[in-house]
Amino acid sequence: MSDARHAGFDDFLDAVEDGEPYYLEGTEGDGYLPPRRIDPATGSQELSEEPLPETGEVVTYTQTHVASPEFADDAPFVVVIAEFGPVKITGQLREQEADDIEIGQEVEMGIEQTETHDKRVLVFTPA
Amino acid sequence: MVNDVRIAGVGMTKFGASPERTSRDLFSQAAGEAFEDADVEPGDIEELYYGNFMGEFAETQGHQGPLMADAAGVDAPATRVESACASSSAAVRMGVDKIRSGQADIVLVGGAERMKNISTAEGTEALSAAADALWEIRAGVTFPGAYSLMANRYFHEFGGTREDLAHIAVKNHANAVNNELAQFNKAIEVEDVLEAPTVSAPFGLYDCSPMSDGAAAAVLVSDSFAEEHGLDTPVEITGVGQGSDALGLQDRASIPRTPAAEEAGQMAFDDAGIDRSDVDVAEVHDCFTIAEALALEALGFYETGEAISAARDGETTKDGEFPVNLSGGLKAKGHPVGATGCAQISEMTKLLRGDHVNSDAVSDASVGLTHNAGGTVASCVVHILEEVDQ
Repeated sequence: MSDARHAGFDDFLDAVEDGEPYYLEGTEGDGYLPPRRIDPATGSQELSEEPLPETGEVVTYTQTHVASPEFADDAPFVVVIAEFGPVKITGQLREQEADDIEIGQEVEMGIEQTETHDKRVLVFTPA
Repeated sequence: MVNDVRIAGVGMTKFGASPERTSRDLFSQAAGEAFEDADVEPGDIEELYYGNFMGEFAETQGHQGPLMADAAGVDAPATRVESACASSSAAVRMGVDKIRSGQADIVLVGGAERMKNISTAEGTEALSAAADALWEIRAGVTFPGAYSLMANRYFHEFGGTREDLAHIAVKNHANAVNNELAQFNKAIEVEDVLEAPTVSAPFGLYDCSPMSDGAAAAVLVSDSFAEEHGLDTPVEITGVGQGSDALGLQDRASIPRTPAAEEAGQMAFDDAGIDRSDVDVAEVHDCFTIAEALALEALGFYETGEAISAARDGETTKDGEFPVNLSGGLKAKGHPVGATGCAQISEMTKLLRGDHVNSDAVSDASVGLTHNAGGTVASCVVHILEEVDQ
């Protein structure tokens, strides 16, 4: 992948680093991750930026042992999908053993660098 | 007036490891077998739809439509179709539409993938391109990882165990023991599955379909073409359905449900004018053990949360009430991504015609279903095949 920024996605990572993560809300209250211009629930192009809750809830997880080259030196690592209000976000779990994680537990979101290529990665830590 | 679509011939290479063979070589073999099976010439073909997923990555080869037409000796419009692991069933669907609409009478469909010429790590990276490149891949999600996320949520909501999943792998390996075209002709035990090295928890190596080289092809014709040319075409494609969903798991309302498959299945049943209870045998997309359970639930053969024990209870085994993946499935037959959807069509055609090594298990079957999924079922194509009077 090139080093060019991905508008929307990298803006979101910046916002997490700044402690002000947001999501895009449709006219009927559905939430989406950026970039998005059209609300699939309504067809509306009226989307507004709204602040994300500070904590999310673990929906599911997996500990990955066989990684792609991008994460070769990071493996094994735990991937989590966590629900922050109306959106779900995928990231890696930090500061907790894989065996201790439970669906439903609360996490906070942050940004760290990968071991393998020193790239930004979304992470969750126990709340 | 809509033309009925008959399967005139099918072809398929042995799936497995042939890292030195190019995808054009693999596909020309499958196409050649399909021409011979159909008793037609390459020059008869009026259109080619060809499925392939990762040709740019594995072979630095794009623009594979005309490349494969040339390899198959076909001089006709040729288009590559890419829908991740559902690429060649999407190609089949386009061929069906072409004939039904009257725009063509004979179409070559199929697909190929070369995967074993690159390392497991490179293959893992190539396959992950079927997921959301930003919101999943940048978080380290692999394909086994993505389906593991679905499996763990499934366990949480509905119950089920790794042992239940292991029985799915054991069943599909058992079905492939005598299938000469399958990658693995080796029976395995539940303990083998449970003790295998972890890929992404809860999946061990035997919960995952392998990387494979291979190709599959089919010659589709209109019923009038079959009649005019005296072709033997005992199997008709009577139903077609396709559904889409958000690419990323995080963007879906439910992690362990696959609505794209629910929609594709219902569309195909309606199209064929049958009820799901009419289906005698199915080939479903078991890229990971949990995927077979998700498919059977989405298609309505089982209630949500109940298909995980189907193999363990003997309901979907070779001698069960409703045999699933008699070919060995992706798990044991192999999964050359771009070939898989058409390979399901090829194997189901033989199962219904009676010339598959496992046909005896379904000697009374007249209706078969194929379910081919792309990504974590962001794409799904379902076909209904029926044995018909000629």
